[in-house]
Amino acid sequence: MVEPPKVDEPRVEDKLFQNRYLVDAGRPHVKIRAHIEPSPELLALIKICPARCYELNAKGQVEVAPDGCMECGTCRVIAEPTGDIEWGYPRGGYGVLFKFG
Amino acid sequence: MIEEKFDAIVIGAGMAGNAAALTMAKRGMKVLQLERGEYPGSKNVQGAILYADMLEKIVPDFREEAPLERHIVEQRFWMMNDTSHVGLQYRSDDFNEERPNRYTIVRAQFDKWFSKEVQKAGALVLCETTAIELVQNPQGKVMGVRTDRKGGEVHADVVVLAEGVNGLLGTRAGLRERPAPENVALAVKEMHFLPRETIEARFNLNGDEGVVIEAAGTISKGMTGVGFIYTNKESISIGLGCLVSDLKATGQTPYGLLEAFKRHPSVARLIEGSEVKEYAAHLIPEGGYNAIPQLYGDGWVVVGDAAQLNNAVHREGSNLAMTSGRIAGEAIFQIKSRKEPMTADNLKLYRKMLDDSFVMKDLKKYKDMPALLHTSSKNFFLTYPELIAKAMQTYVRVDGVPKLDKEKATVKSFKSARSLTGLVGDAFRFARAWR
Ligand SMILES: Cc1cc2nc3c(=O)[nH]c(=O)nc-3n(C[C@H](O)[C@H](O)[C@H](O)COP(=O)(O)OP(=O)(O)OC[C@H]3O[C@@H](n4cnc5c(N)ncnc54)[C@H](O)[C@@H]3O)c2cc1C
Ligand code: SF4
Repeated sequence: MVEPPKVDEPRVEDKLFQNRYLVDAGRPHVKIRAHIEPSPELLALIKICPARCYELNAKGQVEVAPDGCMECGTCRVIAEPTGDIEWGYPRGGYGVLFKFG
Repeated sequence: MIEEKFDAIVIGAGMAGNAAALTMAKRGMKVLQLERGEYPGSKNVQGAILYADMLEKIVPDFREEAPLERHIVEQRFWMMNDTSHVGLQYRSDDFNEERPNRYTIVRAQFDKWFSKEVQKAGALVLCETTAIELVQNPQGKVMGVRTDRKGGEVHADVVVLAEGVNGLLGTRAGLRERPAPENVALAVKEMHFLPRETIEARFNLNGDEGVVIEAAGTISKGMTGVGFIYTNKESISIGLGCLVSDLKATGQTPYGLLEAFKRHPSVARLIEGSEVKEYAAHLIPEGGYNAIPQLYGDGWVVVGDAAQLNNAVHREGSNLAMTSGRIAGEAIFQIKSRKEPMTADNLKLYRKMLDDSFVMKDLKKYKDMPALLHTSSKNFFLTYPELIAKAMQTYVRVDGVPKLDKEKATVKSFKSARSLTGLVGDAFRFARAWR
């Protein structure tokens, strides 16, 4: 099980709130392979994703909601080789829009 | 999508792609450049320090037009423990020169400007267009790319892969491997806004002078990682990056580390009262020379971060990207001028020219550094910073303990934390990797 964030852990949602996104509704660019028991790689994504796109659901499986994704590629580097996720870029023009970068 | 065939297609409008496209377009070549972002720079993240020399070779009078923040007059290196830092500081008025050597920039703004130069030179730049895969003939020669636009195939004699660290096209086509977790760092960064007078007062600056700080130590919790604080005109860029393999192993969250860095007493006073306007994340290639993939083939070359051309030891990347892009453009132009085809054999010229440049020479110099820092990360990023900070405190605190006893205690603490052979070994390995 993944321990809940510590009290002083910042809320990533508040950070992402500063950013601009153009979400391509219904076309997620990151997908998770259906699983019963998550692999260690999938579990690692819950902590490492800087946008906290990965969460554990009530059944103990890892889910992804890539709306706040910053397209960094970290999850791809970890979990694409194991076949746990399918990773691509959003369609041209969609996704995160950095004003400063 | 577009019927006509181009001399070259450039994938990506970052530092490497813009340098390549500009170099070729200026020489009259028919260039198409594809960028997946809404505008060039909208997907790009950097610290960011711009090195003038490498840009000057591409846009000689860039200082007149480019959006520059501050020219850097002072560099600080901090070795941090949890409550203090030991710093090395270099400041020189020589850097207040007519043509400054380094500037801070804001990437989204800088890339927009750079791209305008590319368009002025005559290249066709299409934004909001993601290239999905390379089009290859049965012999494997790259003929063009497929995009996510309607009827999305476009053709050219050569494709310049300037697609950045993730390099999706090249890896999907099997031209190179996807980056390994131990060869990339994940960096997170925030933009903190403050009135410019506040920044100038806090960092001891006049006018457009700027300071940059690189920080290492317990902030990365024993992982290979560094933090940075760069001054812009009205904002401070603050961030921290750690190797992906280390983050995966420790389960530390990147934002948790950044938050702790921001709360460190040495840092908190610099950003106090600021308004945060953006949170960004990006990978940085850290594998160095040994991670450089095949750089050319039939109908293609790869430049910049996609080729792992990044000097992590010196925090240089954009200048290697620009230089490799420029050199690729020059090599392609030479081959075209001779009316020869874009075969692997001919494109080898790019590799040769790159080998002769500072890009490969610098990366070769540090080829053993990534492995050393990785295998000894606990010593370099936890044990030594703690020891040094403690030694400094012991040294400066006046408390009636005789100085000789203090020195003995310090030496003892170093030896007990890390055996004498360990210390000597680390120093030796470090010196060898540095050479
Ligand atoms: C936090 C951080 C701090 C850094 N600090 C510094 C610094 O201070 N100084 C320095 O010199 N370097 C620094 N670097 C490194 C520097 O940012 C990179 O080396 C440099 O940006 C690489 O340039 P590039 O053109 O190869 O890639 P990028 O700048 O990443 O550009 C790649 C471009 O390709 C586009 N693209 C990718 N795939 C596709 C596709 N399939 N279709 C269409 N378009 C595509 C992207 O949208 C992007 O615009 C830093 C990096 C980071 C992350
Ligand atoms: S690409 Fe980066 S931000 Fe997006 S889901 Fe993966 S790890 Fe998270």
